[in-house]
Amino acid sequence: MENYYSKEIETMPVEQIRELQNEKFLKQMQHVWNDCPDYRAKMEKAGISIDDIKSLDDIGKLPFITKDDLREHYPYAMLAKPLSECVRIHSTSGTTGKRVIAYYTQHDIDLWDECCARALVAAGATKEDVVQVSYGFGLFTGGAGLNGGSHKLGSLTLPMSSGNTDRQLQFMIDLGATVICCTPSYAAYLAESIKERGVRDQLKLKAGIFGAEAWSEEMRRDIEAGLGIKAFDIYGLTEISGPGVSYECSEQTGMHINEDHFYAEIIDPDTGEVLPEGSEGELVFTSLDKEAFPVIRYRTKDICVLTRKACSCGRTFIKMVKPRGRSDDMLIIKGVNVFPSQIEAVLLEQGYQANYQLIVDRVNNSDTLDVNVEMTPEKFTDNLGEIADMEKKLVGALKAMLGIFAKVHLVAPKSITRSEGKAVRVIDKRKI
Amino acid sequence: MTVKQISVFLENRYGQLHEITNILAEAGVDLKALNIAETTDYGIVRILVDDVPKATDVLIGAGCVISVNPVQVIAVPNKSGGLNEVLGKIAEANIDIEYMYSTVDGKDDVAKLVFKVDKPEELEKIL
Repeated sequence: MENYYSKEIETMPVEQIRELQNEKFLKQMQHVWNDCPDYRAKMEKAGISIDDIKSLDDIGKLPFITKDDLREHYPYAMLAKPLSECVRIHSTSGTTGKRVIAYYTQHDIDLWDECCARALVAAGATKEDVVQVSYGFGLFTGGAGLNGGSHKLGSLTLPMSSGNTDRQLQFMIDLGATVICCTPSYAAYLAESIKERGVRDQLKLKAGIFGAEAWSEEMRRDIEAGLGIKAFDIYGLTEISGPGVSYECSEQTGMHINEDHFYAEIIDPDTGEVLPEGSEGELVFTSLDKEAFPVIRYRTKDICVLTRKACSCGRTFIKMVKPRGRSDDMLIIKGVNVFPSQIEAVLLEQGYQANYQLIVDRVNNSDTLDVNVEMTPEKFTDNLGEIADMEKKLVGALKAMLGIFAKVHLVAPKSITRSEGKAVRVIDKRKI
Repeated sequence: MTVKQISVFLENRYGQLHEITNILAEAGVDLKALNIAETTDYGIVRILVDDVPKATDVLIGAGCVISVNPVQVIAVPNKSGGLNEVLGKIAEANIDIEYMYSTVDGKDDVAKLVFKVDKPEELEKIL
């Protein structure tokens, strides 16, 4: 029997969802026009007035918001409520430049918590469960989001934050945690530590919610086997609210978007044109009832597909497939779309560090992909045959993930340059 | 005799081996034996030194990826058929040799060879 946190909303007929979205959207636009000078200026610059927006069908007339817009107006970009009404901030990691700060009123926190509660229930959690939140707490939205969702659901919540694996395992065992929430790479690490310590039979875990990082189906199966759980994906961005913008159900074939709070579009990343359902393109979100930090047509740069196909869980919310990567990182190699994040996920799951370099070239009119990976002390052995096997395994895993052959080169540690912010990951030598 | 061998991961490019010998020379470590196993992209340099803790310290400090493993050093008569005789005994005892190489640490009448085998205790026993 499928359980829902907000059954009426989550299983609402599609036409009714659209009606609800329309109503909320018009209210949200009024709020933005009146109270968000940054976006109003953008509309006016584009020659659009609030009077041009008569229904959700007019959303295509509205200008996009990009990360650059948010950075440009740092630290109060898109703020639409007086600070006295705001109760909290969260912030992006700032790895690609200036941090983006998101503001929340109590109402905004409540709706975010609700989204995370829905994700927990979709993963099989009830108030009887013990939920271990091992995402980082602080400016990062991971810890706060699942913590809030678990409170809302009424489950006993263990706000562990990340790291200190011994303590994580001690609480997991002593308090009988049944649901774990963390990044997939940390889940894989926990699974390994549990195996090393031989304490698997002392665990009561049944489900895990993992997000904030790219991970493959293979990694999902490994985590599920290692922890003896069902592993669920969750998606979100600080700019939209945090984790829980969309969440996976028992079918595990994509994440349901909380459509009563967020309206999703797929666009052509080059032209900005809205694409029909089922097309691959850049995911764009509009908040429908946020107060402090409303976002209208925010370009996530995540490349994915939306589908309305009926889901066996009974939820009618549109589903998004796991994003394959960020649009500005995408490479086309031998006609196949390749995202560095996919390669990174394979490396992490094979026990390498996420420090790598991709070299794309064209030899005899055919594209080649070379992946330089640093040897690590943990991976190194005195046996050349074992290293060759490791290399072969990595080539196989890359082929399975990307669909094309990549030549792997093991290089000396720290030989791949680390720059201040992001390392130079891709060298494209093709002259096209 | 069992001794500790240091294996160092080496990328296949100009000057890499020299970097390693330079690190050891600057630390005053004496090389007793050296062997290289290689593929087109990378190799493993295996060394025996007079001061293993010091050598591992300076290599790790310089960012090298290393592993330390026990190997057998066997004295072989330095005469025609000397090695042949030793290998014969090893084959007879069904001991598998993973790799072997020679050291510079010999005298006129014996050559010292390094063996990596699957059954080190038995090797000690038969020789």
